[in-house]
Amino acid sequence: MGIEILGLPMMYYIAMVAKVLVAFLFVLLTVAYATYAERKIIGHMQVRLGPMRTGWHGLLQPIADGLKLFFKEEIIPSQASTFAFLIAPVIALVPAFMTFAVIPFGGVIEVAGYKIPLQVASYIDVASGKVYDVNVGVLYILAMSSLGVYGIVLAGWASNSKYSLMGGLRASAQLISYELSAGLAIVSVFMLSQTLSLNEIVNQQSSFNGLGWYIFKQPLAAFLFFICSIAEINRTPFDLPEAETELVSGFCTEYSSMKYAMFFMAEYANMITVCALTTTLFLGGWNGPFATVFPLLGLVYFVAKVYFLIFFCMWIRATLPRYRYDQLMHLGWKVLLPISLVNIVVTGIIGYFIK
Amino acid sequence: MATTEKMTLNMGPQHPSTHGVLRLVLELDGEVILKATPHIGYLHRGVEKLSEHRTYHQTLPLTDRLDYLAPMHNNLGYVLAVEKLLDIQIPERAQVIRTIMAEMTRLESHLVWIACHALDIGAMTVFIYAFRERETVMETYELISGARMTSNFFRIGGLSQDVPPEFEKKVRDFVSVMPGYLDQYEGLLTTNPIWLKRTVGNGVISAEDAIDYGITGPALRGSGVDWDLRRDNPYSGYEKYNFKVPVGEKCDTFDRYKVRLVEMREACKIINQALDSLKPGPVLSDYPQICYPPKENVYNSIEGLIHHFKIASEGFPAPEGEVYQGVENPKGELGFYIVSDGGNKPYRMRIRPPSFVNLQAIEKMSKGSMIADLVAVIGTLDIVLGEIDR
Repeated sequence: MGIEILGLPMMYYIAMVAKVLVAFLFVLLTVAYATYAERKIIGHMQVRLGPMRTGWHGLLQPIADGLKLFFKEEIIPSQASTFAFLIAPVIALVPAFMTFAVIPFGGVIEVAGYKIPLQVASYIDVASGKVYDVNVGVLYILAMSSLGVYGIVLAGWASNSKYSLMGGLRASAQLISYELSAGLAIVSVFMLSQTLSLNEIVNQQSSFNGLGWYIFKQPLAAFLFFICSIAEINRTPFDLPEAETELVSGFCTEYSSMKYAMFFMAEYANMITVCALTTTLFLGGWNGPFATVFPLLGLVYFVAKVYFLIFFCMWIRATLPRYRYDQLMHLGWKVLLPISLVNIVVTGIIGYFIK
Repeated sequence: MATTEKMTLNMGPQHPSTHGVLRLVLELDGEVILKATPHIGYLHRGVEKLSEHRTYHQTLPLTDRLDYLAPMHNNLGYVLAVEKLLDIQIPERAQVIRTIMAEMTRLESHLVWIACHALDIGAMTVFIYAFRERETVMETYELISGARMTSNFFRIGGLSQDVPPEFEKKVRDFVSVMPGYLDQYEGLLTTNPIWLKRTVGNGVISAEDAIDYGITGPALRGSGVDWDLRRDNPYSGYEKYNFKVPVGEKCDTFDRYKVRLVEMREACKIINQALDSLKPGPVLSDYPQICYPPKENVYNSIEGLIHHFKIASEGFPAPEGEVYQGVENPKGELGFYIVSDGGNKPYRMRIRPPSFVNLQAIEKMSKGSMIADLVAVIGTLDIVLGEIDR
C-alpha cells in the first residue's frame, strides 16, 4: 500500500493537501468573481451593463481591481494604533476562509483506489468505510464567525477616526444581536439531526432521493437563519457598519491598498461561507437526485445551490433600502429572537409527540 | 461610575450624502443627534455681487449655475424679474415654450431628488432608474440650447432661438412614458416596508414651524400648507393650465416624498396642455432697444451687426425702481429682487434661494433623531449647494 505515515497511507496526506488547496482556491476565485458577478447582476437589474472594458464582457475586471489595489499606497494614519490597525484586516479575513474547512462540499469520491470524502477536515475509516469529521462542526463555524467581528471592531477602534469608530460599534452590536437568532435557528436543526457534525447533518437530508432537505421541515428556521446571516455579513439591507451615505465607509474608512482589499475579500468570503452553510444546513448540502450514485454530481449540486444563494443576496441588494440602526436592533431582538425561540419550542413539542 | 461624553462629528464638506459641499457639525450622544449646525460657503461664487458689474443680458448665464439641477427655472425667474422691471410683454409662443421647459426642469430636478434620496436611504436601483429618465430631459436641453446643464436658453424678451421641429415629439413622447416610470419607482419604494420605516415619522416639521422658518416648495406642501406660486401668484401663463397642487398631512419625509411624486405627474399634465396650445409665431419680442436682433441680420447686414454689438457691449438702460419676482422652483420659491438706478446694470440684485431658507430647518428636523435620519432629512429637503452659497 505504498509509504505509510502514522498508520495512514501517503495518499491520504496528498488528498488532504489537495482538498485544502482546492477549497481555498474555490473560495478565493469565487470571492474574486463574486465581485464581478455582483457588478454584472446588479448592473443588468439596473438597466446598465456593468464592467465591459477589461477582457471579454469585463471578465478580467476582478484581476485588474486586485492589481490596482495591490499597487496603491499603504496609508497608516499617524494617530492610529499601528499594530491593531495592521492586524485587524487579517483577523477579519482568516476566519472567513477557515470556516470552509468543515463544510462538506461533496460525497465520497474514489481516486486511484482510495476513497476520499469531499470535506477538508475529515477522513475515512478504511475498514468500516465510515467518514469522520469535526463532530462539533456547527459550533466551530459559530466560533469562527464571531472571531471575524474582532477584526471589524479592532479596525474601527484602531483607525482613530470617528466614522470608523461608529462603524465598528454598529458592527459589533449587529453581529452579537444577530448571531443569537442565527444560533437559535441552528438549534432547531440540531434538534432534528441530533448531531453537530455537518457531514451527518448532510447525510440525514438524503432521504426522498436526496430531497429530504431541512428547509421543508424547518422553513421558518431556514428563513430566520438566512436573514440573520445576511445581517451578520453586513449586506444590504443590513449594511449599516459601512453605510456609505451615512458613515462614509464605516470601519474601513481609513484603510487603503491591500488592507482594504482584505476587508473586501473577507466580506465576500463571509458571504460565500454563509451561503455554503445555509446550503449545508437547510438545502441538503450536496444532496440531490442521483448525487449518491455519481459523487461528482453532488459537487455540482453544492456549487449550484451556493451560487443561487449568492445570487439571491445580490438580488436583495439591488432591491431593498437600508434599515436604521435602532430599527435593526428592534428587528433582531424583538422580532427575530422571539420567533426563533418559539420555533424551538414548537419543534420540541412536535418532536416529542412524533417520537 | 462610568461617564459618557458627547462626540462632535464633522460631516462634510467631503461626504457622500451631503449633496455637494454642505458641512454639518454634529453633536452626538452615541448615534443620537443633539445638535446639527450647517456650515455653508464652500461653493460661494458671488453671483449677486458679480451681477452689479454686468449688464442685464450678461447676468443671465450666472443664473444657470444657481440651482444647477434646474437651470431653466432659474433663467425663468431672472428674465421674468427683468421683464417686470422693463414692463415688456413677450410673444405667446415664447411663453409656452418657457413653461414647457420650466416643467421639464421640474421633472429633472425631482428625478435627481428621488435618485439621491433613495440612494441615501440605500435603495440603489431607483438611483439608476431615475438617472435614465433624466437623460431624456438632458437630451431635450441639448436639442434646444446645445448644452445639457448650463442651457442659458431664455432671453430677456423671449427665447434665444426657436425650438427645432423634433422638439414637440420628443417632449410628448417623454411625458407619455414618464407616468409609467414613476409607477416603477413607486413599486420599488412606496409600499416597501423598509422605505416606510425610514420615512414615515422622520423629519417632522409642523405647518406653523414650516411657515416660521420660511420653508417653501414641496417641503412646505408636505407639511400641509396649500401654497404654490404657480397657482396662487401665477407667472409665465400658468393660470391657463389645469393642475392639482398636492398637499401632505403628516408633515414627514414620506408625505414630502408623495407630494413630489404627484408634482411630477402634474408636471407631465401641464406639459401636455402647454404642447396643445403651442402655435407657430415669433419667440422674441420686438423691442430693438432691449432684445438681440435675429442672427441672420447680424451675419448679413452691417446694421444688424452694429445692433447686436450695441446690445452685447452696452446693454440697455432699465428704468429706475425696484422689482421682486418669485417663481415656484422645483425646490421652493426662488425670488429675484432687483434694484435699478436707471443704468444698464442692476444697482443691487438679491436672490432668494429656496434651498438656503429650507436648510435652516435641518436642525429642528433632525434633533433627537439618528445619523441615518439626518441623511434622510438632507435628502427630503432637496438642497442644492450651488444655490445656497450662490
